[in-house]
Formats: sequence, structure tokens, C-alpha cells
Amino acid sequence: MRIIRTEEIGRCADRLARKAAYTLTDSCRTALEESVKRETGAARYALETALENEAVAKREHMPVCQDTGYAVVLLELGQDVRLEGPPLREAIDAGIRRAYEPLRKSICDPLTRKNTGDNTPAYLHIDLVEGEHVRVTFLPKGFGSENMSRLFMLTPAEGREGILRAVVETVRLAGSRPCPPVVVGVGIGSTFDGCALLAKKALTREVGSHHAREDVAAIEEEALARINALGIGPQGFGGEVTALAVQCEIAPTHIAGLPVAVNIQCHCVRSAEEVL
Amino acid sequence: MKELTLPLKEADLKSLHAGDAVLLSGTIYTARDCAHKRLFELLDADMPLPFDLKGAFIYYAGPCPAPAGKAVGSCGPTTSARMNSFAPRLLDLGLGGMIGKGEMSEEVRAAIARNGSVYFAAIGGAGALYGNAVKKSEVVAFADLLSEAVRRFEIEKFPLIVAIDPEGHSIYDRKN
Repeated sequence: MRIIRTEEIGRCADRLARKAAYTLTDSCRTALEESVKRETGAARYALETALENEAVAKREHMPVCQDTGYAVVLLELGQDVRLEGPPLREAIDAGIRRAYEPLRKSICDPLTRKNTGDNTPAYLHIDLVEGEHVRVTFLPKGFGSENMSRLFMLTPAEGREGILRAVVETVRLAGSRPCPPVVVGVGIGSTFDGCALLAKKALTREVGSHHAREDVAAIEEEALARINALGIGPQGFGGEVTALAVQCEIAPTHIAGLPVAVNIQCHCVRSAEEVL
Repeated sequence: MKELTLPLKEADLKSLHAGDAVLLSGTIYTARDCAHKRLFELLDADMPLPFDLKGAFIYYAGPCPAPAGKAVGSCGPTTSARMNSFAPRLLDLGLGGMIGKGEMSEEVRAAIARNGSVYFAAIGGAGALYGNAVKKSEVVAFADLLSEAVRRFEIEKFPLIVAIDPEGHSIYDRKN
């Protein structure tokens, strides 16, 4: 049994949110640098500008992108941890509120569109796991790309080819709108909501990393090849690199179904993680 | 690279072709989803708009708060397609053009060609670079919308690509 104060988790969310806003992940930067070599003209210019932008963000201490996102907080909570302090949700929102003082407040009521004013509430998901640690993963999720995401309830007969078609069709329909080159998070299996969460979790992996299961990694590779044959290119200016990576997560599903969620992430991948 | 200063002259517009890279300077106005809704409520009520549309450029953007010593925080473009239903009427009323990111509808393209205006694409995700190129910023309407308020920007050398030129040619045309 280990005691962890909820305020400590809130401070961690604060740290991670501040860190994530100002820099691309290393794997994202590497993927962009490699993509530049494959493009010419306006598409190359778009990628070069994206990389130059990160240098400006660092130099001027400005967020990489003004869409500092929906604050997605994924917690892995060891079942031998005892939480003490204010309610966990309040502690995390307090951390997000502090972190977003210099960042854009993008959260509003869906009907009145009135801004909550402090970028809370965070989107909070907790997985109870073995152990006495807390892993906090933070993903500032921009909505230009979130808007282009889709969910499919395929039939078992549609199978692997159906999954590939769903992924490629989602990216094709998104076109230039989600700030390509995109990273595509795919959830395969589970339930209607469960596959969406898998897709979101897939986006927290290192850009270009492959799933441990060979058949899943093969889907990632084939989907990426088909997407990059679309020709949408960086910012939709036409080119070779429409996606930097396709990343799948998988879980058992029902004998009657094949849920597939496709969560689109722009080329500005920002995420951060800490284990308490 | 071609450098242009707003307001654009006839000759400037004639020289623009889809795919051209330009550096744009001058005065622009930010407006995105909620601000457009408010602008349309004013138009429908026959009320004056917070800025003169004639020849003006709207930047689809909502900035981060300004850090000390800066006019504005990070401020890259947002997805223009969400403003598809608004742009044609504003262009017909004299709007000079828009700056945003991503493709726009056929209706927008037709309105651009009809009016000889232009749609520039900024590079999405390059918020720090664009924010740093904003030299002055002033909220001119709808302050309650926070980041979504209408702001007047003085910009210096915004790196842009001509996305839809005054003849209606689009960089997003592709066959797939």
C-alpha cells in the first residue's frame, strides 16, 4: 500500500500540460524531418515551415500550435495506491486550470457555446492496474483533426480489408482539413466506446512505432502505404506524405461485430508522460 | 518570394496563382466559428459590422494569450471548411479574401472567382511562427468570446500559399 496525494497528481497534470504545449515529441519531429526529403514545392515548404515553427516556439517560448487542445488525461492507477486529498477529478482540473493560464481556453458548452474560461474539465480516463504506481499521460488534442475522426461498426465478414478501407476512407474524406501529414490512431475491437478509447491511446505511442502483434503491425504498414498513395500531401498541397504513421490498438470484441475507430491527429504531435 | 502588402491592388491580385508562395503584411481581422455567427446576426438585423468588409481580409484563427512583450500568443490558422457557409455572402459584400487552412467548398470557390478575391492557406500547426509575425493586436468586437473574439492584427510577412486564386483555381484540386 502506497499513499499518493491527489494534489500531487494534479501538479503532475499541470507539469505535463505545460511541457506538451511547447514542443513536438521527438518521434514526431524525426518523422517530419524524414518527410521533408520526400517532398517538393508547396508541400516541402509546408513541412519546412512546421519545423521552423517549432524552433520559433522554443526560442520565443510560445506554444507550438495555438490549439492547445482538449486536455486529455489518461491515468494508469495501481490498485495498491491509496489516494488521499481532494477528489481526484478536482485535483486534476486544478492542475489543468493552472497550466492553461498562458494557453488557449478552447472548451465550451456544446449548446450555448459559452467558454468554460479555464480549459476545464479535462477528459479523464482511469485504468485500474496492478501495482502501486500512477502513470499520467497527457495529450493536448487539437480539434481540427479530432473533427475528422470516425467510428465504424463493421461486420465480421468485412474483416481485415474492411478495417483497411475504413481507415483509408477516413483519411481521404478528411483531405486537407486536419493538418496533414496526420498520425492515424486506430482502435480495433472492444465495444462502440471501447474502440474509440483504443484509438485515442494509440495516438500516445511514439510516432511510427509498431504494434507487437505481427498481424496488427502489418495492418499499420498496409494502411500507411494506401494512405500515402492518396496524394493529399502536407497541408493538402499534394505530395507523398499524407500520414506520418498509422498506429493500431486491438482488443477482443463480440462475435457479432467488428468495431473500428479512426482517431486523426495532426502533424503537431504533443504528448507527455510521467510515472509517480 | 513575392511580398504583398494589404490592401491588395488590382495588379497584385492578377499576379496571384494557386500554389504561389507569398509573404503578406498589413491589416487583417480574425474571426472564426462563433464570431461569424455573430457577424451574420448583425447582417441579418441590418446592423453595422465591427469592421468595414470592403477589401478586408479575415483570418480564421483564435490566438493563445499574449506572453509579456508580444502582441499575441501562438496564432496559426484553423480549419477553413467550417466557415464554408459564411464565406460566399461576405465575399459578395466585398470581403477581399480569407486566410485559413484546408480546402473550402465549391460555393466558396465560385464566390472567389465571381468577386476576383483570394483565399490564402497558412501552414496549419505553425502557431508560434504566425503569432510571432503579429506586431499589433486589438480586440474590435465580441470580447466575451475570448480567443474567438474579432481582433485587428497588424501582420508582418505572414508566409502563405495561394490556395484559391482570383480566377478560382485551387491548389486542392486533385483526382482521387
